[in-house]
Amino acid sequence: MLVLSRKTNQSIMIGDGIEIRIVDIKGDQVKIGINAPKQVAVYRKEVYDDIKSQNIAAAQAGSLDLSGFPVLGSKKSGLGLDDPDGK
Amino acid sequence: MPTIKSRVFGEVEVSEKQCISFPDGILGFEFIKEYYLLDIDNSPFYSLQASGEGEIAFILIRPQTFVREYRLEIGTADMEALGVRSVDELLDFAIVTVPENPAQMTANLQGPIVINKKTRIARQTISLNEDYCTKHPILAALQEKNREGG
Repeated sequence: MLVLSRKTNQSIMIGDGIEIRIVDIKGDQVKIGINAPKQVAVYRKEVYDDIKSQNIAAAQAGSLDLSGFPVLGSKKSGLGLDDPDGK
Repeated sequence: MPTIKSRVFGEVEVSEKQCISFPDGILGFEFIKEYYLLDIDNSPFYSLQASGEGEIAFILIRPQTFVREYRLEIGTADMEALGVRSVDELLDFAIVTVPENPAQMTANLQGPIVINKKTRIARQTISLNEDYCTKHPILAALQEKNREGG
């Protein structure tokens, strides 16, 4: 990993479209400003990690016994997607 | 019609129209690029069955089913990857996690599975709405929704 030292209000450019600026530093917390084109997705890494671990927990879904949960009901309409099962 | 191995139904016949392609895979399962969307009768659920990986399947639910005034909010990067300009061209689902006690089932509203209705190209997107978390309790939300009259 490339490691650079920066001070408050200094920036790093990634390519010519993405600017990462150190806006403020207080104790162990750094405020970072990001200027990037709209089509570049920027999220906190925890969001990815959360979604990934939730996916892994969900991935081996077998048959469900739903008899105890009448509140779930059933589908009211098709998907409008060239429907699965031709409904 | 071809048949595939599925976790929910065993060997099952599928049509091409049920085939959904995920060019970037699903987070944690990037190696799987093709799934089949199977209806689970008499329930609000669908099964997203990995093609060629009979043991891997997700349960999906449409968020509208249990969240009042649910709206899909995703960023430009996700919209472009899906090849659409408006969310009206998309069909969205949440992945369901069923723990040992199924009453505690949750849905992941933070990482919705979104399908382009026309091309059936799909991806796991990231919701811009910070109220939507990865473990949204389904039954509690459904009871609340029913109480408030949908």
